[in-house]
Amino acid sequence: MTDSAVADTRRLNSKPQDLTDAYGPPSNFLEIDVHEPQIVGVGRNRYTTYGVRMRTNLPIFKLKDSCVRRRYSDFEWLKNELERDSKIVVPPLPGKALKRQLPFRGDEGLFDENFIEQRRVGLEQFINRIAGHPLAQNERCLHMFLQDESIDRNYIPGKV
Amino acid sequence: MSFFGFGQSADIDIVLNDAETRKKAEHKSEDGRKDKYFLFYDGETVSGKVNVTLKYPGKRLEHNGIKIEFVGQIELYYDRGNHHEFVSLVKDLARPGEITQSQTFDFEFTHVEKPYESYTGQNVKLRYFLRATVSRRLNDISKELDIVVHTLSTYPELNSSIKMEVGIEDCLHIEFEYNKSKYHLKDVIVGKIYFLLVRIKIRHMEIDIIKRETTGTGPNVYHENDTIAKYEIMDGAPVRGESIPIRLFLAGYEMTPTMRDINKKFSVRYYLNLVLIDEEERRYFKQQEITLWRKGDIVRKSMSHQAAISSQRFEGSSHPEKPLPQDSREDDS
Repeated sequence: MTDSAVADTRRLNSKPQDLTDAYGPPSNFLEIDVHEPQIVGVGRNRYTTYGVRMRTNLPIFKLKDSCVRRRYSDFEWLKNELERDSKIVVPPLPGKALKRQLPFRGDEGLFDENFIEQRRVGLEQFINRIAGHPLAQNERCLHMFLQDESIDRNYIPGKV
Repeated sequence: MSFFGFGQSADIDIVLNDAETRKKAEHKSEDGRKDKYFLFYDGETVSGKVNVTLKYPGKRLEHNGIKIEFVGQIELYYDRGNHHEFVSLVKDLARPGEITQSQTFDFEFTHVEKPYESYTGQNVKLRYFLRATVSRRLNDISKELDIVVHTLSTYPELNSSIKMEVGIEDCLHIEFEYNKSKYHLKDVIVGKIYFLLVRIKIRHMEIDIIKRETTGTGPNVYHENDTIAKYEIMDGAPVRGESIPIRLFLAGYEMTPTMRDINKKFSVRYYLNLVLIDEEERRYFKQQEITLWRKGDIVRKSMSHQAAISSQRFEGSSHPEKPLPQDSREDDS
């Protein structure tokens, strides 16, 4: 090798990019909306459900477009399953708001509009962070949460 | 220092014979300060004079011998008491007796072996120094002069590129390439990252240079990692088929040559860490060791005179008629 006074810093050769790759849709499309809160039930047995809509082109998900309804405790279930079975650090959920369940509050408690909106935003951030994690995508519980009509709490945990 | 007020004492001074012409090199001390020391290479002779100056002229100084030592030693910070000397040379300058006036002694350590480079790190220090000692019954008078040693190499015969395909199955596949596996300290890392599959949302990509200092042996091995550089090479989301170039100039960073198992006491190794960060701050990384070496200027001496002048012109020297400096050993750039 010659001792050149100036180093050769020219770029290494590389394959030209295919134009369909360059301008086509990216392979990492994944969007999850948590929206349309609805209050279900009557009186003291009311609870809120949220629409969880997923659109993706990742091959690991069976459906490219899915919509299910989930409540806060379903998100809690998912968090616990992932913490137990997967190696990932699961992000936090928005708060449990136990105080809001006590009687004699000045506002609507759990069904206060602002509170539901805050919680919706937190749940949306939570599910998007998890669903994009390559390790979480291997867990059966995540797929069931996102794409099955209802969650079977007696399911057999495992990898897809 | 003496117990009774007016005992005779002396100052010792070590002066190198080539102090005027020898180059100095900067070296960081343990407390982070940068000082300049005389620069030596393996095989060079270390010669000079020891000046013993009496504090109280006229009074005699009794002593048990005057000597000068050339020492190369490794000091592990967790074991300060034990200095591991790998070079230890002594020259006796005076037999036990007395000095009645200030004196100068000549010394020469011929063609001294200096097998390792001077190194001051987080947990270990390797240093070379001269130590002149006037031995006395109660307390010795001594003086040390630290020098710095650089180890030089030439372009390796074999310097293959590093090319590898890595990834997470079905999520992210990349092929990275670095043009060499051995780089000198003022070299440029030229490479590229080619994306084969991108199913995660990448936000940016960077290359870090990590220095790992390893001390201790067996069960007591301790690694100290230090990120020397973080260099962003891509901002934004890549797709399949995209190729991101890398051009990283090493001269801007403070690094040492790779040191492997020095005297079986410590190692200093360097790694390139390619880091991809996705939109949720998740980090995907691949570490790869590179070998760093210090380039000497020895090749210049064998060039023809004409070629030498041309290369001087090319590097912007304004006096192409000036003869090549004889002692030019290292790249000054």
